[in-house]
Amino acid sequence: MSRIAELVHRAQESGDWSECIEAIPYARLIGIKLGSEAGEFCLPPKASNIGNPTLPALHGGALGGFMEMSAILHLMMSMEVLKVPKVVDFSIDYLRPGHYKDTYARCEIVRFGRKLVNVGIDCWQDDAENLVARARAQFLIE
Amino acid sequence: MAVDLDEVRKMCELLMVANQGDHFHALGIKVTDIQRGSVTMELGYSDDIVGNPETGVIHGGVITALLDSCCGFSASTVLEELALTPTIDLRIDHLGPAEPHKPIYAVGEVYRLSRYVIFTRAVAHQGDKNRPVAQAVGNFSRMEKGTFSEFRDAMLAAYDKLIGGKS
Repeated sequence: MSRIAELVHRAQESGDWSECIEAIPYARLIGIKLGSEAGEFCLPPKASNIGNPTLPALHGGALGGFMEMSAILHLMMSMEVLKVPKVVDFSIDYLRPGHYKDTYARCEIVRFGRKLVNVGIDCWQDDAENLVARARAQFLIE
Repeated sequence: MAVDLDEVRKMCELLMVANQGDHFHALGIKVTDIQRGSVTMELGYSDDIVGNPETGVIHGGVITALLDSCCGFSASTVLEELALTPTIDLRIDHLGPAEPHKPIYAVGEVYRLSRYVIFTRAVAHQGDKNRPVAQAVGNFSRMEKGTFSEFRDAMLAAYDKLIGGKS
């Protein structure tokens, strides 16, 4: 079993995903955390995610990366036999500026096929009704 | 009148270099060329941006940030005056994994400028532009003229203060 698969397996049993998130450098870099419900994730304010310091606003790429990372973690948490999902395509609509504050993502697996998985990701800050961004992604699982 | 490309260069430099510790800095992204309608960028490989620790392949989100910036800065080169261009939407196709330990180059271009929207696309490659590792298409908002006048003045003043004296 690969190291990641081992960490995911252990996390699935213990419910503690911190070790698994720590093992992914990009997840550590942006500072993603687990949210309060399954499929939910949080991105606390971190200076290295700022794109425009004059506002300050989060970098659009940091928001997109957070949403993509959320989808990958959600998939890894949902799978019985772990395979690291590979992103095939990712599409994001930016709806409001991402301010420098707590940011949340909620993932929904739209279809779990044999090879391809489609995930929808909603992202908000103060109010889950007022989305900051909405994305969809297709992953290859092999 | 078209925007002064030197002002665009200053904006890129200020957003990417002067703010040690922001997202560009954390990812290691820099602008290498600015033309009317096209910006070229470079992303150096580092262990911090890896998405799969077993293969060393960098995370897709890093490519998203690179191509978003590359399309966005390309968009700002076709305006009449220096301004920011908020991203409306962006789609990234990951055509293949990026080879670890090698830089990634991004080339963005504006293919249509309309009254309210700037239509752009970009490719990310590792030396052969005809074999991209990813490509993107992104639309950016063309804000009303004058929206960013204050931003422009503040930006150029900040540039002179932080970088101007050194270059």
